[in-house]
Amino acid sequence: MNTAKKNEFLYFALKNWKLRIGFVVIGVFLILALIGPLLVRNDPFAYANPTGAKPPSSDYWFGTTFFGQDVFAQFVLGLRATFLVGILGGGLATLIGVVVGFTAGYRGGIVDEVLNMLTNIILVIPTMAVLLIIAAYLEVRSIFAECIFIGLTAWPWAARAIRAQTFSLRTRDFVDLAKTSGMSSFKIIFREIAPNMMAYLIMTFILQFGGAILNAATLDFIGLGPTNTISLGMMMQYAVMWGALLLGMWWWFIPPGLAITLIVGALYVMNVGMDEVFNPKLRET
Amino acid sequence: MSLQITDLKIYYQTLRGEVQALESTTFSMADGEIMGLAGESGCGKTTLGHSLIYMKPPMKYMGGQVLLDGEELPIWDMDRMNEFRFKKISIIPQYAMNAMNPTRKIGKMISELLGSRGVDFKAILPELERRLGLVKLSTSVLDMYPIELSGGMKQRMVMVLSTLLNPSLLIADEITSALDVASQKAVAEMLVEFRNQGYCKSAIVITHDISILYQIADSILIMYAGQLAEKASTETIIHAPRHPYTKLLISSLPEIGIKSTEKRLTGIPGNPPLLLNPPVGCRFRERCPVAFEKCTEAPPFIEVEPGHHIACWKEGETNA
Amino acid sequence: MLSLDRVTKVYRVGTFGGKELRAVNEVSFDIKEGEVTSLIGESGSGKSTIGKMILHLISISSGAIKFKGKDVSHLSGDALKEYYRNVQGVFQDPFSSYNPIFKADRVFTNVREEFFPDMQDAAWRDKVNSAIESVGMNPEHVLNKYPHQLSGGQLQRFLIARALLLDIHFLVADEIISMLDASTRIDVLNLLADLKLRGLAILFITHDLSLAHYISENAVILYRGCVAEMGATEKIFSHPIHPYTKMLMASVPRLDEKWKTGTTELTSKEIGTPEGCPYFDRCPVADKALGCDRFRPTLQELEPNHFVACYRYEKNG
Repeated sequence: MNTAKKNEFLYFALKNWKLRIGFVVIGVFLILALIGPLLVRNDPFAYANPTGAKPPSSDYWFGTTFFGQDVFAQFVLGLRATFLVGILGGGLATLIGVVVGFTAGYRGGIVDEVLNMLTNIILVIPTMAVLLIIAAYLEVRSIFAECIFIGLTAWPWAARAIRAQTFSLRTRDFVDLAKTSGMSSFKIIFREIAPNMMAYLIMTFILQFGGAILNAATLDFIGLGPTNTISLGMMMQYAVMWGALLLGMWWWFIPPGLAITLIVGALYVMNVGMDEVFNPKLRET
Repeated sequence: MSLQITDLKIYYQTLRGEVQALESTTFSMADGEIMGLAGESGCGKTTLGHSLIYMKPPMKYMGGQVLLDGEELPIWDMDRMNEFRFKKISIIPQYAMNAMNPTRKIGKMISELLGSRGVDFKAILPELERRLGLVKLSTSVLDMYPIELSGGMKQRMVMVLSTLLNPSLLIADEITSALDVASQKAVAEMLVEFRNQGYCKSAIVITHDISILYQIADSILIMYAGQLAEKASTETIIHAPRHPYTKLLISSLPEIGIKSTEKRLTGIPGNPPLLLNPPVGCRFRERCPVAFEKCTEAPPFIEVEPGHHIACWKEGETNA
Repeated sequence: MLSLDRVTKVYRVGTFGGKELRAVNEVSFDIKEGEVTSLIGESGSGKSTIGKMILHLISISSGAIKFKGKDVSHLSGDALKEYYRNVQGVFQDPFSSYNPIFKADRVFTNVREEFFPDMQDAAWRDKVNSAIESVGMNPEHVLNKYPHQLSGGQLQRFLIARALLLDIHFLVADEIISMLDASTRIDVLNLLADLKLRGLAILFITHDLSLAHYISENAVILYRGCVAEMGATEKIFSHPIHPYTKMLMASVPRLDEKWKTGTTELTSKEIGTPEGCPYFDRCPVADKALGCDRFRPTLQELEPNHFVACYRYEKNG
């Protein structure tokens, strides 16, 4: 970014309330996920409270589950899982999207046609159905496996968008000039084209981040989540399974549900805010 | 007097401050005059042209008066200007060719446009067809989509459309720049013909191409960095300019017949000032070979000979 | 130094690539060292395509481009890099030629990384400074700035300086001054004239006849991908033969004389066949009896270094 422009972006970024709200919400949850374990007094899986379910109290901040497990301890661990899925799953999807999109957009021709076909095939496959089959097939499932499933299926739209942007950038004269400087295609893509799409790539990652969290929550909720840990989605699944809704144990399902809603919502609001910052036409005056 | 502008001042509001795009501008145009408006990019020619018809933000009206046929134009009021736009004052925008809705047939588009101005399409159709003939377009273009027309054809179409209600003043913004030489000549000559036929009383032709103006304009107004430099008859501007900027500008233009090996032309050293914080006084003084102390005051735009105005202390004084 | 031999570019268009569009059709001409050749044509005439083919930015469909006698039509890898050491280009839009998010000097850095990786910093700085000085600028004023802080004219000179860092013998100048203001464009044009005196061969691509006349020894008039007329600039301008060239000369706005009134031919009368003369449908002297509509006329040398492709002016009838 050149300095004048950078300052302009910064000015609008700080002025944009959507970005500010998004950052604050994500920041609060992130800090909680990071320092949470220091505040937790109980093993999330241990049956800490022998009397079973209890509403929130000074001992158990978010209360305890049907079995007397500490909801807050589970919540903190689940929050970590959620951020991990977002970063790894969303990151993997973004990475594949970037590689496919840049290659197809820059090379064009037959390479583009083949990659485009692949993109379209993945795009029309009912992702959730495939995830269900794969998840059901594996007996022991780790959170990393979940990240990889999500990453491998969520990239097509990112690839398409990046391909379109690359297409328009590669016809610019500075790309021709780089070619006549003898630069390799790889160098041209990452040193000349990609920096021009930084804003776009960041936004793509944010959307993929939110999408991965939502996908993971869905999988977890229908019981196909990781088998060796706890996530926010799984907390909700257990809560529903053991009748928390019927028994009025609101403290069991409200925190994870609200957290997922707020995180994903904040990410989308941030995305809209960023769009306004980078696209002058959308700026509020 | 067709158009009379007094002390018109237009700025642009930007994040970093006000861009002083057009400084107190005073000039007038005679009835039937085709005035060329020329200068380098950023000199304010487009700002001047557009401010007369469509002043939208970030353009900011800072003062001044515009009289068209003796009637004041409320150029600072976008709504009130609606009464005048298209009927009294009209524009052929720079990218007119791309301004047409690609999904509408041209005839339908025109009828909608006229409808929005309260004009009956049916009643005006015979006149429209006659004028299409004049620009050598067949009436069948009304049943075509914009994409079916070439660049030159679209430009002629827009020209007919924007003068359909016989406006008093037509503003043509770079209408020949994107065309090949044959279409360029045709469009330019048609503009003169339209004036002769009275389809527009007078016209301002904004362009960076002075050689086109030499072919069609009655007078030329040269602008530099938001200030008027010189206005005179076309012959005078081309063959006997008085303002130092005009002199240097005209002498830097290669004509057919000049070869670099025989006669080296020279440009004007330096660059135009930034208008965010322009120098006080004459804005050309930093590049001007004859500038002196007095040039730190803005020179007035005075008439040195009948019909010949310049804004220059040096040249103005020798006659005043 | 550089010669084009029946260079052709065909694009496949239409839904299934069934139609052929000949953007450049068997164009041949030579450019000698120390000479500027103007390639004159309207938009869509294929003039920029020829420039890009010479610069290896667009592939050639058929024909050959020879540089110093060697076929360079299908270079790749190190051989292509070596070619770029000798042949460089400057393009029309100075602002699009720079990556907007980096400083303008980056065009120099890229050249250094690729061609002079071992050069010491101080030596490189001297080299850059002398290149910038030779295009008439003060390095202190223009280095270390972003593209938007420089004017169009400065940016174009910068690109010429970039080319001079290499050992160039041939420069493709594609409409390099059409986006500059009148007061600065002539200086860039003069710069090309200086380079010519240093022995460079230059292909000056333009739509502006007066600029072409000012700078070039030879001119090639291109119409719809075909050469209509070519030869010494003097001869073409003082004595245009092809009906298209004549029309150009009559339509170009000049400062020394006004347009002759007379109708400009705009509407096409009759469409010829794709094999016919490309100018057939607009030509005022086209004659079916000569075969104008069916056969494309070839270039004939009517006088020394003056070629015309028109049946009306064939040597022997």
